[in-house]
Amino acid sequence: MSTETQHSSACCESVNTPCANGGLTEMLPVYREAPGGEACCGPPPGPASSPFEKPGYHMCGFVEGFKTTPAGTVPRIKTKLETPDILGTIKVRLGINRSQYTVAPGLYSIGDATPESPVLVTANYKLTFDTLRKDLEGVHTWVLVLDTRGVNVWCAAGKKTFSTDEVIQRVNQTRLHEVVNHRRLILPQLSATGVSGKKVKKGCGFKVTWGPIQARDVKPFLKAGLKADKAMRHVTFTFMERLILVPVELSFLRKYIFWILLAGFVLSGIGPGLFSISLAWDRGLIMIAACVTGIFTGAVVAPMLLPWIPGRAFAVKGVLTGVLIGAAMVMLLGKSINFAAIAALVLLIVGISSYLAMNFTGSTPYTSPSGVEKEMRIDIPFQAVAITLAIAGWIGSAFY
Amino acid sequence: MEKFRYLTGVTTLNLNVGVCTGCGSCEIVCPHGVFEIKAHKAGIVDRDGCMECGACATNCPVDAITVDPGVGCAAYIIQTWIKGKETASCGGVDCC
Repeated sequence: MSTETQHSSACCESVNTPCANGGLTEMLPVYREAPGGEACCGPPPGPASSPFEKPGYHMCGFVEGFKTTPAGTVPRIKTKLETPDILGTIKVRLGINRSQYTVAPGLYSIGDATPESPVLVTANYKLTFDTLRKDLEGVHTWVLVLDTRGVNVWCAAGKKTFSTDEVIQRVNQTRLHEVVNHRRLILPQLSATGVSGKKVKKGCGFKVTWGPIQARDVKPFLKAGLKADKAMRHVTFTFMERLILVPVELSFLRKYIFWILLAGFVLSGIGPGLFSISLAWDRGLIMIAACVTGIFTGAVVAPMLLPWIPGRAFAVKGVLTGVLIGAAMVMLLGKSINFAAIAALVLLIVGISSYLAMNFTGSTPYTSPSGVEKEMRIDIPFQAVAITLAIAGWIGSAFY
Repeated sequence: MEKFRYLTGVTTLNLNVGVCTGCGSCEIVCPHGVFEIKAHKAGIVDRDGCMECGACATNCPVDAITVDPGVGCAAYIIQTWIKGKETASCGGVDCC
């Protein structure tokens, strides 16, 4: 813990001496030696509370100190991620409490920010905040965090929570005019969907400069005198970038697990004897395995192999992965099921796979809403027919 | 992004070259290199690369660009079909 706190008058040098007047600031640390002598019982007491703690507030682990500015104290944040940050990242990547992973909006600083230092604007999704700060080691800068409701830059810009008004209000609320002596904000390029640079200038006097898309390019961007090359301005969708989205895609399906199990066992139990528990169990497991296969081919294989699967419509890509892997899975079942059942299972896998692959359009950085709507109008009827036929065929196959 | 091409001929993007001042904002903010400035005028060099994010139109100082921006998300589009475009909401716990 760094103690960059201000001792603005002599009486404050000895912090145990009460200070009478406003020479004290709210952030004056209080140090008190631990009581000496023999400990009467138990282990020695833990460390003293941090001088920056305040009743009713929680000290964030990513803060390493505070800076005094004419507009109040500004937290100075670390540029190294620590275990809690990494665990937090893993949790949200798995889709756990993703919508509540936020940092408090407002002004932060990195390094030894001065009134001349640049101001980087970002979202208050902690994953975004962490991505930005970890790439800013050795940089002296201000970081203005907007209240994007815990949503990343691009999605927040699309939802208009990363907006012109939010930028203007946050600049005024943090009294940025008093903290820096220039009038320039660096916004991530992808926030341009929600922010009009011209209106920000009009609204608060700060000129918007569009920074690079990726946080890792911010340092080179600053070094090059606020210049981004073409590669920094274009989005990518690499294998790793797609891979990291898969767990969240799967986590969306949690709410369907109960219904898949219920439908699998109930529909599979229907047979010549009206309903049979043993049939429900034996055939139910096969049907549920087919559903899982469909989910796998649509929500995992199709996104992963995206650029290599022929076709442009995502639903078509989902059909292709579904047919290939579905057929392989049915082969594995061998001769234990009849032809009608095989056809039904393949149709089921293809229907699910196609629908989920189509849903992945919402997670890519290149599908246009007009395109998605067009493909949905064509594909959803096919998917519905496939799944209906699959269910009818599966029930029918139990009768002969 | 050359490897990633989506449906062609669907974008609602439109550029009115007549009023364009060639300021270059669209070229800077577009994440897909759809625009290029040549001879002090913006031109669309990759129309099918457009994903209708709306950044260009939002930042065109003379409103030379129009696009019907939106979210290319199936769940959202289903909502617009059921509830209509005004009441459909993007977001919720299980969204991007």
